[in-house]
Amino acid sequence: MLDDKDRIFTNLYGTASWGLMGARTRGVWDNTAALIQKGQPWVVEETKNSGLRGRGGAGFPTGMKWSFMPKPSDKPHYLIVNADESEPGTCKDREILRYDPHRLLEGILLACFAINAHTCYIYIRGEFYNEASNVQRAIDEAYAAGLLGKNAAGSGWDCDVYLHRGAGAYICGEETALMESIEGNKGQPRNKPPFPAGAGLYSCPTTINNVETIAVVPEILRRGAAWFAGLGRPKNSGTKIFSISGHVNQPCNVEEVMGVPLKELIEKHAGGVRGGWDNLLAVIPGGSSVPLLPKDICDTVLMDFDSLRAVQSGLGTAAVIVMDKSTDIVEAIARLSHFYMHESCGQCTPCREGTGWMYRMMQRMVKGQAKVEEIDQLLEVTKQIEGHTICALGDAAAWPVQGLIRHFKPVMIERIERYRRQAGVG
Amino acid sequence: MPKLIINGHEIEVAAGASVLQACEQMGIEVPHFCYHDKLSVPASCRMCLVEVEKTPKPVASCGLPAADGMVVHTDSPMVLKARRGVMELLLINHPLDCPICDQGGECDLQDQAVAYGSDHSRYAEAKRAVADKELGPIVKTVMTRCIHCTRCVRFADEIAGTPELGGVFRGEHLEIGNFGGGPLTSELSGNLVDVCPVGALTSKPYAFRARPWELQKTESVDVMDAVGCNIRIDTRGNEVMRILPRLNDDINEAWINDKTRHACDGLKLQRLDQPYMRVDGKLRPASWPEAFAAIAARLKTASAERVAALAGDLVDCESMFALKQLMLALEVPHLDCRQDGATYDMTARAGYIFNSGIAGIEQADAILLIGTNPRHEGTLVNARIRKRWLRGGLRVASIGAAADLTYPHRRIGGSPSAIRDLINGRDAFAKTLLAAKNPMVIVGAGALARPDGAALQALARELAEKFNMVRPDWNGFNVLQRAASRVGGLDIGFVPQAYGLGTRGILEAASSGKMEVVYLLGADEIDMDRLGNAFVIYQGHHGDKGAHRADVILPGAAYTEKDGIYVNTEGRPQLAKQATFPPGEAREDWKIIRALSETVGKTLPYDTLTQLRARLIEACPVIGAMGRLTKAEWKPFGHAGQVAVQPFEPVIANFYMTDPISRVSPTMAKCVTEIQRRDVPEAAE
Repeated sequence: MLDDKDRIFTNLYGTASWGLMGARTRGVWDNTAALIQKGQPWVVEETKNSGLRGRGGAGFPTGMKWSFMPKPSDKPHYLIVNADESEPGTCKDREILRYDPHRLLEGILLACFAINAHTCYIYIRGEFYNEASNVQRAIDEAYAAGLLGKNAAGSGWDCDVYLHRGAGAYICGEETALMESIEGNKGQPRNKPPFPAGAGLYSCPTTINNVETIAVVPEILRRGAAWFAGLGRPKNSGTKIFSISGHVNQPCNVEEVMGVPLKELIEKHAGGVRGGWDNLLAVIPGGSSVPLLPKDICDTVLMDFDSLRAVQSGLGTAAVIVMDKSTDIVEAIARLSHFYMHESCGQCTPCREGTGWMYRMMQRMVKGQAKVEEIDQLLEVTKQIEGHTICALGDAAAWPVQGLIRHFKPVMIERIERYRRQAGVG
Repeated sequence: MPKLIINGHEIEVAAGASVLQACEQMGIEVPHFCYHDKLSVPASCRMCLVEVEKTPKPVASCGLPAADGMVVHTDSPMVLKARRGVMELLLINHPLDCPICDQGGECDLQDQAVAYGSDHSRYAEAKRAVADKELGPIVKTVMTRCIHCTRCVRFADEIAGTPELGGVFRGEHLEIGNFGGGPLTSELSGNLVDVCPVGALTSKPYAFRARPWELQKTESVDVMDAVGCNIRIDTRGNEVMRILPRLNDDINEAWINDKTRHACDGLKLQRLDQPYMRVDGKLRPASWPEAFAAIAARLKTASAERVAALAGDLVDCESMFALKQLMLALEVPHLDCRQDGATYDMTARAGYIFNSGIAGIEQADAILLIGTNPRHEGTLVNARIRKRWLRGGLRVASIGAAADLTYPHRRIGGSPSAIRDLINGRDAFAKTLLAAKNPMVIVGAGALARPDGAALQALARELAEKFNMVRPDWNGFNVLQRAASRVGGLDIGFVPQAYGLGTRGILEAASSGKMEVVYLLGADEIDMDRLGNAFVIYQGHHGDKGAHRADVILPGAAYTEKDGIYVNTEGRPQLAKQATFPPGEAREDWKIIRALSETVGKTLPYDTLTQLRARLIEACPVIGAMGRLTKAEWKPFGHAGQVAVQPFEPVIANFYMTDPISRVSPTMAKCVTEIQRRDVPEAAE
């Protein structure tokens, strides 16, 4: 369990003021200039050594991402903060934007310095109206206090921050679609290569990070890489905000150490599963995109990138969706299939055509109006989509269905047989 | 130059080439839909997936730059599985209505489904249906067939410069369409049909008329403007069914304009299919010998100074050469191939051709347009300027009538005085031209057809020299001719001989009764009322203005019905090939002239086209360089003089109807009513 002294997001629940004064009492903007004076290589190296991995879902090492940025040239470098938090089940960035925006802004200054950028765009989900309002006020406060703009925080580094509100498309959270959206185009992901570090926003070198990733950077630099790396497990270090929702007694956001056992997380922080642990059916451990886990795996699994990957799921955004035995698991996954069908941008073939096909088959599976062989066909369709698309939405659409078939195929078969009995077929 | 290994064989490709291009260079076919050579790369169809070692997932080869040491497989189980998967997904919502689809037989989806498709469908759900879009008289839509490759959207955005198409909605509801509705306004819209890999966009005039395997294909050259676009004429029996572009990167790349493509339905209408003679004021059918005898009789009585010949815009070099020789044999001095009345100086070839070549536009970094709207006068020249502009670093200015050219340009004046201002450095564009590495001026043939054309030509030459446009390695002085026959006619010398009159003089003399016989070789664009009482011989293929005025009509062949040489505005001679036969009694034009020469007692010394061409090339060697550019020597041309103050007028009032063929084409008529006049409000009651 995370000690209070190691907590980074000390205003996660909004109990204290989110403004500049409040943030300063929590240690935010505390001598930021001193961190910058240690030089660019130090900032990048320290971030690398901390073992910080991206908190947006993919878990790419942040320091390494920064080091991919090219040497300064005549082209400007950009930092983009991805605040388009739309993954179903996920609401961690929302709390940072609401209650601790200055922690994010300080992180932005440090990250801009690390990647040679003087401009940062925060792309915030359109629905986050109050959050956008808080962030904008925080930006205004920071400018007024000299913490942003020319010679930000007295560090000698110029840093301008712009807030850009999205219009509600899930796909605009995909990093290249997000850049298209900022540029004023239709939010459709770009084919890679080129990667953003080479040609990103306006074809200039760009780094794009999640809100939580950027917000933890100042604490890492202040307390040292070793402190952060010492939390959690090797290669899965640090703390993480978990969003626990679904059939638990007290749904919540909580900052915990990486690698905390799932069972402990649910029982300690979310008041346990509704009707007791034995009433648990399955858990989606990392937001709607990752395959679900049945109870027997949930009993022992640890909540970090590599442990969850070992059980063919993923940490994703660490949004834990708990489902008890009252859940129609097939319908739950069919609902997710509908979401991905609805949110597919329609640009590339497998996702455009495949998400609709999957959803329609899943709808029939809910009723059992299918043949048993069609379960295998459905699995094949998910494999036809997975890994063949421009962006990860195709994978995200395929994985929940794969997880369902992997762990609940007997339920699906049973339902098909029951339907056929009732309908008097075969 | 990266070296990579594809299917076990090493290959070196140009820097910047994609893996797909590397595969094609090796002769390995990679299936693809969204990728098109001349368009940007979205990598969205996912059909061209290949396996790259050390990469966990298959990669879209069209968007992957070839890199040194890359090891690529295009036939591994992973690749085949991926492509079969994508193909199945493409087909689940495709109507599979190939038997009633015009794309059938030349459909990328059909072809690739043979290679990667399954023999049955696993898709048990309802298929998607999409409402068709109205795109005007050229493009027919069946949007349910659309596979969302976005080639059409990219063509409209990038090549045509009329961003009217786009994708609305998302996911499986994504629809390609035009935002405001109504017809496409591009002169290049027919190419959308070519770029569409399926039957979503097909040709409206050609709908349900033929299957590709029924067609004879003839590679030829277009004559609707002076660009000389390379075309393929598809015929069934003796009917031209359609015209398609043929790839030529030096001229038209992969595109042609809508007039080139669709005016061909005018080839069947209002044709002159037998000789006619005017008897008692009315045209009556006649036999060839009767027609020739009537001409011979008039020529015998008329003195040579009272005879003239004019050549039109669609005439091949051989016919003009034969007619010139016949006229010289008759000692007739009044010849002109410029029926627009131009009097500019043609002693220097560099003074009337597009010296830098159409492909040369891609090297230019500053272009000045004088008295021309290249979008109408040479659509593919305009497309090339736009292509160059898209790459960045090009500045364009225009002196002439305001026009939408599909790329930004600054209009610095409307009349010739702006040229003088530029030469004197009184406009900021002078600095741009001075600083440019390869500055270019494009003078419209319409501007040179003004009475002060020769002075304008001299002024343009002065400008070219002042701004250093002419160097040993670069000639930026360009004339954009409008007529397919023009450069050939000037090269041959179908121009006033010593003391002879040009078009203006001939018409002047005829209207005052001083011209007894006027021979119109396909010349329809002159004011027929000014021919006075002259005996008019019209040789041509359509019952247009010339035929209406004629006293004798000799039915000739249209450009699809004869072999002929045409020299385009660059001065590049090209061979047009016969695809069909002339209708009825009509004959190839040079043969008519040769037969007539016998009747008038001045038999021309050739019996075959080969012999004629040998003579032609002997007299005019530059025409022998078939398909090639011959650098024209730079020497003084034009006549110094006063240029008029009148502003330049647009030379083409109606892009879709500029010649006898397009004037009778039903498709061109629809283009006029549906595209050009759509913004014109109905007259008030």
